[in-house]
Amino acid sequence: MQKITHLIKSFMLWELLKGMAVTGRYMFARNITVHFPEEKTPQSFRFRGLHAQRRYANGEERCIGCKLCEAVCPALAIKIETEERADGTRRTTLYDIDLVKCIFCGFCEEACPVDAIVETRILEYHGESRGDLYYTKEMLLAVGDKYEAQIAKDRAADAPYR
Amino acid sequence: MEAQLLHFFQWFWDLFGLWNVVWSFVQPVWPLIWTLIKIVVIVAPLMIGVAYLTYAERKILAYMQVRVGPNRVGPYGLLQPIVDGVKLLFKEIIVPIRANKFLFVLAPALVFATALAAWAVVPFSDGMVLANLNAGLLFILAMTSVGVYGVIIAGWSSNSKYAFLGAMRAAAQMVSYELPMGFALVCVLLAAQSMNLTDIVLGQQSNAGMFGWYFIPLFPMFVVYFIAGVAETNRAPFDMAEGESEIVAGFHVEYSGMGFAIFFLAEYANMILIAALTSLFFLGGWLNPFHGWPLLGAMSDFVPGLVWLLGKMFFVLFMFLWFRATFPRYRYDQVMRLGWKILIPLTLVWVVIIAAWMQTPYWLWSPEPR
Repeated sequence: MQKITHLIKSFMLWELLKGMAVTGRYMFARNITVHFPEEKTPQSFRFRGLHAQRRYANGEERCIGCKLCEAVCPALAIKIETEERADGTRRTTLYDIDLVKCIFCGFCEEACPVDAIVETRILEYHGESRGDLYYTKEMLLAVGDKYEAQIAKDRAADAPYR
Repeated sequence: MEAQLLHFFQWFWDLFGLWNVVWSFVQPVWPLIWTLIKIVVIVAPLMIGVAYLTYAERKILAYMQVRVGPNRVGPYGLLQPIVDGVKLLFKEIIVPIRANKFLFVLAPALVFATALAAWAVVPFSDGMVLANLNAGLLFILAMTSVGVYGVIIAGWSSNSKYAFLGAMRAAAQMVSYELPMGFALVCVLLAAQSMNLTDIVLGQQSNAGMFGWYFIPLFPMFVVYFIAGVAETNRAPFDMAEGESEIVAGFHVEYSGMGFAIFFLAEYANMILIAALTSLFFLGGWLNPFHGWPLLGAMSDFVPGLVWLLGKMFFVLFMFLWFRATFPRYRYDQVMRLGWKILIPLTLVWVVIIAAWMQTPYWLWSPEPR
């Protein structure tokens, strides 16, 4: 009896029609595509995007040139040179991150004792010629100044977990 | 209609007396010009149809896979096929080293030419056909068979092992599925008593509307013809000859730019041809499905036959796309097994059944005397 039902079903293309019913149903289901850039997927405050150099509230740059980030970077993307400043403190004269080498792991941010180098949530940046993705100190500080409010909020949101 | 157009031309030229001389040169070749006009009227919308079939395929497949297809290029992505065509035009044409250049260029032309030539006998409405051959069915089968040559030549002339093997497999598949197609059409021939495509459609005309069409008594043949048509055009699930992830592109792996575009266009033109033929043979062609029905018949009789035919073709093409979205690819030996050991015996059995059925008084689908 089972053999007969199996024969009838295979000639009626039963399984094929069941499969087509599934795709037919899905055709009218709401599609799950996120229409970038009009819509965006939710982003965590811990998202590791473009780097930035932060400052203290009084305007003093945070980075003291300890070179811990340069030492920990797995891709050797950070290049630092330091010098004594007029007021006797140590500050960097050269702080470059080659974003082409960077693997965006966030170790530099974790290693920094003063929270100077951070990774912001910015993922929408681009470079149009060869050197555009080699971020120098000025560029990093500029990013930091521009997005300080968002950076501070993200760090505050993450603070209970660090 | 042709006589009226000729008459109009004559009158128009007579208005400007000195054009009489021109007319005396044009008149002898007028049948040729008229045929060329008819060819352009068939081929131009067909090419636009092929281009937008690719668009429809991407969109419909996407919606079945719960995503959106192209929607950036124009409004709702409608300019996508045009952009694709322009891209293919600009690509570099690479001819493999030591490939037979003449055959390499001939192959896509052969496939495309036969795909277009078969449209000469397709009637779009009563009397609206380029060549009203009394052996129209035979002509169509012959044209699709010549298309297989193009595939073999493409694989051979590419001077590449994989292209050659792909071509052999594709050719074997196409040839072995022409047999169930042919036998299914033998059943249609039995029912319609004619090989003239117009007469086959008129044989399905009755006051029962869609119940007079051949897909009712010949339902298994309808299914067999459609499946064989899908296999003939190398469409999923029978597309291992061009299985993109398996043997790259099979027989047209060495073609780039325009050559590839022509194979692509030929495949889609073949698809539309099979859809048109399925509609003509089994779904009543240009006939109104509600003809003769109590209320709907009178309400829907004003719709021109061409619109019905296009609607049916659209439905069959939608089935093509639905098949592609749903089924996994057949393995080559499974393809051969299906064609030879399942479809052909089925068609042979059904020919005998139909022949016997037609001798009984229960056969209701005889063509009305014209």
